[in-house]
Amino acid sequence: MNAIWTVFRRELAGYFATPVAWVFIVIFLVMTGVFTFYLGGFYERGVADLDPFFRFHPWLYLFLVPAIAMRLWAEERRSGTIELLLTLPISLPQAVVGKFLAAWVFLGVCLVLTVPTWLTVNYLGDPDNGVILAAYIGSWLMAGGMLAIGACMSALTRNQVVAFILSVVACFVFLLSGLPMVMDLFSGWAPQVLLDAIAGLSFLSHYADISKGVIDLRDFVYFALVIGAWLVANMIVLDMRKGE
Amino acid sequence: MIEAIDLRKEYGGFTAVDDLSFTVEPGQVLGFLGPNGAGKSTTMKMLTGFLAPTAGTARINGHDIGSDSLAARRCMGYLPEGAPSYGEMTVGAFLDFVARAREIDNPAAARGAAVERLALGGVLHQSIETLSKGFRRRVGLAQAILHDPQVLILDEPTDGLDPNQKHEVRRLIEDMSSDKIIVISTHILEEVEAVCNRVMVIAHGRMLADDTPAGMVARSRYHNAVTLVLDAPEQAASVLSELPQVRKAEIRDGELTVFPASEGLLPAVSRVVAERGWDVAELRLEAGRFDEVFREITKGEAA
Repeated sequence: MNAIWTVFRRELAGYFATPVAWVFIVIFLVMTGVFTFYLGGFYERGVADLDPFFRFHPWLYLFLVPAIAMRLWAEERRSGTIELLLTLPISLPQAVVGKFLAAWVFLGVCLVLTVPTWLTVNYLGDPDNGVILAAYIGSWLMAGGMLAIGACMSALTRNQVVAFILSVVACFVFLLSGLPMVMDLFSGWAPQVLLDAIAGLSFLSHYADISKGVIDLRDFVYFALVIGAWLVANMIVLDMRKGE
Repeated sequence: MIEAIDLRKEYGGFTAVDDLSFTVEPGQVLGFLGPNGAGKSTTMKMLTGFLAPTAGTARINGHDIGSDSLAARRCMGYLPEGAPSYGEMTVGAFLDFVARAREIDNPAAARGAAVERLALGGVLHQSIETLSKGFRRRVGLAQAILHDPQVLILDEPTDGLDPNQKHEVRRLIEDMSSDKIIVISTHILEEVEAVCNRVMVIAHGRMLADDTPAGMVARSRYHNAVTLVLDAPEQAASVLSELPQVRKAEIRDGELTVFPASEGLLPAVSRVVAERGWDVAELRLEAGRFDEVFREITKGEAA
């Protein structure tokens, strides 16, 4: 636990020691604002909720989360610090979890910084704050899922651009796995059980459930499993490729 | 104590380290010497637990690097090749991070001692990426010695440093060597002679020689030979060849070297020089030439 905390602290401080954090926060806030107020028609709808705000999160994350995830391991491998990190008395799982948590908490901080939007909608009307809180949690969980995918992709290469592109593609597949674009690949030949399984993997449907305020344990289990599975994959990939 | 037992590493079909076995005792400064790509770094990466061996294992103070990896790492300090560190961190923050990761009891004192030892006080609050190569190397050394480890593994500790900095690092290694195990890798021959009391020559992942630096030098055909610099080397060569102590005379670059057939070559040669009244600019007894021994040992492996 101590080791995870040590890795976590170093990593999180690293975001703020470079322009990465500040650039990311500004872009994230500007983009959520643009999506909410222009594309989402926040005022025009005349409804006191944050649906226009949350509706675009999956698409925003599709590009912004891989941008945060791409440096996690690719940078360590490129600069050789991975050798330093993994010869300290820190185990591989501790390093993987510590770095993941730092990035996830950082994304959480970005989300918390959008609270003025929440305050605005409370000032203008009388929204269901329980639903909004649930949607925030769902959004953060989805960000965690994408981040775990991105972290694993980042361990595959020492090139951050390659890591970014791989992450975007993998996240895209996970986002859309319930939609025809992905399902048509399988529907001709795969058994129904597999089709259902693939459709059930979609980030979108689970996120939609939570953000409607439907707190279902299965959605939480789903995100926990996605994050856990990708972090295990991250450890395996790292163990195989760290010496290259 | 380091015990390596049939340590082996293969990448695909390529064997980087080929069944290396050796032990290193406290007080020894072992130099891994070998051409580039000989497997020196790979061996160090396995000893420090970064890479898992394909076969074989090693024990550091009794802790197996595979099954008891964290305990093995705790008693080791490691400077990876190129001294990587987190560039965006300040020197102080970086050392604090390593101190926390190593769970040092008194981190402030440990940091202070390492900073003083490597003269990093002036750059403590500077970010590492703004430092010169020499300073970065010293930061890497500082993190390696921070927890005062029993075993120090340094991969090319003086690579890319200027002569003064090299001297500093070598002095540091000497300072620490009395009760520790230090393993350094290098391809600089003079470095081995300067700091090591044991040398292992490695090429193509195999150990080709394991000796003291003096023992290595004694393998040279120049060992105990006498070299003269004088005006007419050819004439002198024919005269000296007559001596019973001389096996062979050789002229290279205007220098005459006579190789010994028996003891007492130098007194015999000096007597001849005095008798004949030669005008000798230089007369020296050769200890042996390390570079020549190194080439001789690794030559057969070049293919």
